[in-house]
Amino acid sequence: MITELGHFALTMALAFCLAQTVLPLVGAAQRDARMMASGVPLANCAMLSVLIAFLCLATSYVVNDTSVLNVVQNSHSDKPLIYKITGTWGNHEGSMVLWVLVLTLCGAAVAGFGRDLPSVLQARVLGVLGLIATGFMAFILFTSNPFDRMWPPAPDGQGLNPLLQDLGLALHPPLLYLGYVGTAVTFAFAVAALIEGRVDAAWGAWVRPWALASWAFLTCGIALGSWWAYYELGWGGYWFWDPVENSSLLPWLASTALVHSAIVVEKRGALKIWTVLLALLAFALSMLGTFLVRSGVLNSVHTFAADPARGVFILAMLVIYVGGAFALFAWRAPSMVPQGVFAPLSREGALVLNNLLLCCIAAVVLVGTLYPLFLDLLGGGMISVGPPFFNLATLPLALPLIAAMALGPLMPWKRATLWPVIQRLWWAALLALGGFGIALALTGAQFWPALGFGLGVWLIAGAATDIFDRIGLFRQSLPVAGTRARNLPRSAWGAAIAHAGMGVTALGVAGMGLATETLVALNPGQSTRFAGYEWRLDSVRDAPGPNFSARQADVSVLIDGQVVFVMTPARRTFPIGSMTTTEAAIRTNMLRDLYMVLGEERDGGAVLRIHHNPMAPWIWFGAYIMALGAGISLSDRRVRVAAPNRRPVGAPA
Amino acid sequence: MRRLVFALALAPSLALAVFLPADRLPDAAAEARAQSIGREVRCMVCQGQSIEDSDADLARDLRRLIRERLQTGEDDDTVRRFLQTRYGDFILLRPPVSAATALLWATPALAFAFGLYLVRRRRNMTAGPAPLTAEEEIRLRELTGRP
Amino acid sequence: MSEAAAPRRRLLLAAPLGVAAAAGVGFWYMLSGLQDGSFNPRGVPSALLGRAPPDFLLPPVEGGRLPGLSSADLRGLDRPALVNFWASWCVPCIIEHPHLVALRGEGVPIFGVSYKDRPVDALQFLSRRGDPFVKLGADPPGRVAIDWGVYGVPETYLLDRHGIIRWRYAGPVTAEIMNEDVKPLLRRHA
Repeated sequence: MITELGHFALTMALAFCLAQTVLPLVGAAQRDARMMASGVPLANCAMLSVLIAFLCLATSYVVNDTSVLNVVQNSHSDKPLIYKITGTWGNHEGSMVLWVLVLTLCGAAVAGFGRDLPSVLQARVLGVLGLIATGFMAFILFTSNPFDRMWPPAPDGQGLNPLLQDLGLALHPPLLYLGYVGTAVTFAFAVAALIEGRVDAAWGAWVRPWALASWAFLTCGIALGSWWAYYELGWGGYWFWDPVENSSLLPWLASTALVHSAIVVEKRGALKIWTVLLALLAFALSMLGTFLVRSGVLNSVHTFAADPARGVFILAMLVIYVGGAFALFAWRAPSMVPQGVFAPLSREGALVLNNLLLCCIAAVVLVGTLYPLFLDLLGGGMISVGPPFFNLATLPLALPLIAAMALGPLMPWKRATLWPVIQRLWWAALLALGGFGIALALTGAQFWPALGFGLGVWLIAGAATDIFDRIGLFRQSLPVAGTRARNLPRSAWGAAIAHAGMGVTALGVAGMGLATETLVALNPGQSTRFAGYEWRLDSVRDAPGPNFSARQADVSVLIDGQVVFVMTPARRTFPIGSMTTTEAAIRTNMLRDLYMVLGEERDGGAVLRIHHNPMAPWIWFGAYIMALGAGISLSDRRVRVAAPNRRPVGAPA
Repeated sequence: MRRLVFALALAPSLALAVFLPADRLPDAAAEARAQSIGREVRCMVCQGQSIEDSDADLARDLRRLIRERLQTGEDDDTVRRFLQTRYGDFILLRPPVSAATALLWATPALAFAFGLYLVRRRRNMTAGPAPLTAEEEIRLRELTGRP
Repeated sequence: MSEAAAPRRRLLLAAPLGVAAAAGVGFWYMLSGLQDGSFNPRGVPSALLGRAPPDFLLPPVEGGRLPGLSSADLRGLDRPALVNFWASWCVPCIIEHPHLVALRGEGVPIFGVSYKDRPVDALQFLSRRGDPFVKLGADPPGRVAIDWGVYGVPETYLLDRHGIIRWRYAGPVTAEIMNEDVKPLLRRHA
């Protein structure tokens, strides 16, 4: 019954989404107030229907309803409850339902929080969101229905990939989808603006909070995925430039550029065409990611079960949404004349450089990811484009970007001179050089990690300079500065914190560049020395769990003969799917990770791989700090409500 | 903290173990070379890792093979080519520079150049109004009544 | 803005559409290639296609009756042949074995390489499931396999009558592969 209810809810949702597409868009074209206003209740109904469908699916998982094909293929009665719930979206069909749930939630949010938007704009945005939702709902109902039954019901499920029975990985898709789907909202705003033929400062102000929110979620989702790969896969790495990883990075790069570009539109009325294009690109890239991951054209460990027939459907959606939007852009953008004069050296100029470098990095990642596919298609053979290429190709673009990140926020609008800006950053530069020098000395002259340290310090000190400058910390008395700090707009704090977060991540990456490891085979009682500790294997024993069996090594870690802690790496075997996973033992003191993996066992002893990863946790701390910065900006009502300077709105864009 | 600094400085040389599996070379410099080559070799079994990171059998065999060949005095390029002739370009994570991959390697420069071009165009378009021609000057004087 | 700049501007603003359209066409071809098998992102083509096998000399499997295998055995056959890398511990090898035995029964020469296997286990596998091999080389360290570019078992290579490698399949040679690929190729290179 619940399954049928869910199925019915999905169908109702499709109907609502269809209405949400047609009525507001027609209403906006005809300036019919009632039709335009219908977008709001329709968006809410669509969201409720999908929510019901999602809850029905989740219920089927919780009760392990084996008459539902999706549950049988992806779950098992032995799975712990929390993983039964998260298993709802751990498969293709369920994850698509989560996707449209987030999409309709965003639609409801635009309906609810967008009351201050002009009705024409809101109607068009809801209409475009409805169009996107309709496509995905049709995709679900016609090619990926999670509510298909199987009769007679299977005795039990076929289990789930044990790698997915992990809280970190369970949270990774929802966060990512919030990000991806958030790009649909900025996309809708851009399309609405193109239809209207007008982009103004007010539009920039309305787009900014949505761009910030989706960027923040993407940042968290990517960071969580990288962190999961680090602690789960046992290789000690955190980013492989795998095509699916790149698929999430590409919209992130476009979103980062968009967040910055929208500021210029809002504050200066300039860079309109760039910003609209970036908004279109961010969604286009996230749709491209959906296509690459689910169609089967990619060779990756990450891809969902691939089905070329589904791939055709997604490609059709890409053609309609992305092709349609770019065609609209080609048609409408020429009539938008670039406005806003500014000197090359100015905050606008810095943001143009920022856009340029981010887009170049995105172009490199895009080409690198797709090149093997297209080369193979054209008969050029099979090549690999892996981390060496990406690291080499993006570094010359990323380094100037990071250097400029500290300078940009200190530049005035319209026209700036470089020397005063550099002067204000003198102590940041000194600290950065100092950091570079100290790192060089301590690490035995390893250049690149030392450079990374220097740049990380540069970013953090630069962000601090921005704040100190604004509150006049060293020019005024402390109480005055304190008051100014309290009155500083939260968006200023948010930006500084986000940039500092990037610096923290840079420090983490630099630290990992100094990682060392050792590979030893120990018998129980034997020990080895590494990273300043003594590592003694005490025993290797069985350590079964609720749905797995495992071999676990107990390793005592000693300093000066005293045991300071014990680490227990393990190898787990799951009978369902007969998969083995490595459970790395990680011990962190926030400044470095000790990371141990149990290899094979030999004659009573075990092979252990031990890594010393300096600064590893900072990689992900930095990402969360970046998202925190975005959140702080968003908590400022002025950013959200977007009270733009009321310029005459009749002026052509 | 001192211990951390000490560890950071000396960590590479503290890997004295009771028993080194055959994967690792005793000479640190040669081992570093082997690892840097290995990090650019794809594990053909799992395909999502380099052979340095993979636990697969083939990865271990290839790691041993690389170290053996390095110890006979071969240079890095020869070792890479050895693997390339047997497994094709696919096994190299750094794509070879050839006519087929020229476009790939040129992407950063091309993208940046194109972007600069777009930025320059925009600057030219908003550089302000074009200077007046002689006739327009005369007309302006007539209209404003100024000489 | 000069008149000449306007069409250039339109062209530039239409560039995203152009790039997306080109990519879309490419993706379409990829998808149709996936469905008819001409596009396989997971299949790695052998680096040895169109070349002669590498020089090698493998001893026979200890305790077996078959002679060992060397590269000389694969030259001058004047008819197409298969070289099959397998192991007793490899589950898909069990699936493909009967098909190899049947092919041998039709007179096609099949040469085997026992990859990383104990002689006892390998011989037991053959006595239980049949022996399709003309010659069988033992490669316990797997080094000769690396020379061939083997990255897993089972793998099967098809050589033409001049001893040039024309086809490599990584995976079990099922009945479908046998009928759709192996047999037509044997006929083509006969």
